[in-house]
Amino acid sequence: MAGALALAPFVLGPYAVGTLSRILVFALLVLSVNLLTGLTGLPTLGQSAYFGVGAYTAAIVATRITDLGPLQLLIAAAVSALVAAGTGWLAVRARGVVFLMLTLAIGEIVYSAAVNWKSLTNGSDGMSGIPPVVPLPGMPALELDGLVYFYVLAVFLLLYASVSRLGSTSFALALRGIRDNEPRMRAIGYPTQRYALTIYCGAGALAGAAGALWVSVQRFVSPGDAGFEIAALALLAVVIGGSGSMRGACAGAALVWLTRDYLGNLEAVAGRGPLLLGLLFVIAVYTLPRGLAGVRIPHRLTRKRTA
Amino acid sequence: MSGWLDGNFVSVVDGVAFGLLLFTIAVGLSLVFGMMDVLNLAHGTLYLAGAYVAYALSDGSMSGLLLALLAGVLVGTMGGAALTFLTQPLARRGHLDQAVLTLGITFIVADLLAASFGGDVLPTDPPTALRGTVGLLGHSYPVYRLVFIAVAAGLALLVYLVFERSSLGALVRATVADRDMVRALGVDVRKVLYGVFASGAALATVGGVLGAPILGPGPGVDETVLVLSLVVVVVGGLGSVRGALAGALLIGQVQTLGVALLPEYAPFLLFGTMLIVLVVRPHGLVASAVRA
Repeated sequence: MAGALALAPFVLGPYAVGTLSRILVFALLVLSVNLLTGLTGLPTLGQSAYFGVGAYTAAIVATRITDLGPLQLLIAAAVSALVAAGTGWLAVRARGVVFLMLTLAIGEIVYSAAVNWKSLTNGSDGMSGIPPVVPLPGMPALELDGLVYFYVLAVFLLLYASVSRLGSTSFALALRGIRDNEPRMRAIGYPTQRYALTIYCGAGALAGAAGALWVSVQRFVSPGDAGFEIAALALLAVVIGGSGSMRGACAGAALVWLTRDYLGNLEAVAGRGPLLLGLLFVIAVYTLPRGLAGVRIPHRLTRKRTA
Repeated sequence: MSGWLDGNFVSVVDGVAFGLLLFTIAVGLSLVFGMMDVLNLAHGTLYLAGAYVAYALSDGSMSGLLLALLAGVLVGTMGGAALTFLTQPLARRGHLDQAVLTLGITFIVADLLAASFGGDVLPTDPPTALRGTVGLLGHSYPVYRLVFIAVAAGLALLVYLVFERSSLGALVRATVADRDMVRALGVDVRKVLYGVFASGAALATVGGVLGAPILGPGPGVDETVLVLSLVVVVVGGLGSVRGALAGALLIGQVQTLGVALLPEYAPFLLFGTMLIVLVVRPHGLVASAVRA
């Protein structure tokens, strides 16, 4: 799969490569939602908040401090983790629907901050003129979409591998325990609240890194990137993918993004992207009760499910 | 009057009007979740549909408003029944699937409404007879808002009496508490569930019809209304009429006084209020009578 992704720019046209870059970035955000919703059982509609914080942080770092990509990523991830810590301790006091409502409210507040804090974010006009990203010290800035794609792919594979490693730790097992039976986990002595807040901050950092990467691709950021639609789409991608499966999450991300960007731009339905997405939501919920990851593929085309 | 209250009198009264509007919308969300365990994220869309009904039917006359109210009740009842029908098969699968389904419905309806009414916020005027201002303790105040406060307060009282003081309300609470027992008494439980959802939805569309001159129809309004109602429900406590009222009045004041006093920090005030309430009372201001 990684090999096929690496060859993509040699086969596909520039528009398709650009779309693929966006899908990879969105997939990272979806993986972040999956850490909370799939792994820990905390349904979130507010991950766009940390995605947005990361994107704005990277945009500010890029325009004022450095065009070095990895540094933008690290600072964005750190700031997002901090904001996640500051807001998350309220959210993780709740479970289930109340958690969902609280994260939705957090997302909405970050969105209105992006609109209203004009001195920092340039309001609803967004921030443009962000310089092209420099992947490593000494390398030239990446002006072409095809080259940016390789940078995005490298970061994606690195973060995917990290999240995948996390999936096999005892920490991840404890999180699954919280999802499946939190009272029992508490009874046997796990500080479940602290675990929930830790993964909330980790997921925030991942969403922030995705936001920084988004800025490297778009070279533009606007409040819409921190908005409700992104959060809703990311949650949908997790549900479509099959809660808990990393590959499912990525497949869900691709399906959602292609529906929005590709099908939504076809002539017959131009401008009706939201309608198509809505239909996708409704159809997916009734026909894929366990998500794409739950669809049985004949023979042994897939190996054992990863976390 | 003098001093602080005098300077902010209009904001405080506006806060009462906005709070009562929030109550009219949020109480349905709270009851449908608290009693039927259905998470309806399409609730803001019901408000939006009601607001468009008001826009389409308002012609400056009182009969136009009454017609819009009737149409709003009809749209809401039908929407609520449709949502009950659509969410029933998912009842056993949990809230996440309900969330995705109802979000999908918001995307579809928002797209259809934007295609019919365009992408701008449409200013909707109250009937001619209710325009203008009156003197209120030395301040001039819009007539429509005062009428709205009176009507919405009446609605709030009616909802309270029906759900928490009447035998019909007792039947609903009994259905939530022990469905099989109520069924054994010969009551069609499904009718009760449809009824709760339909009346909750109708309250939201009626909120849209009455609220259109305050928070007019336009793309994105559904989302704003949804978030504010969710905040009201979380702050007030799930599934209780009194909780929804307490939460709505508090959030109404925070929103209007906050914008008047600290415009830059208004979004953070909303979060701050939620934070303080939930730290002090984790289950909201009024814990539900039905579900803990």
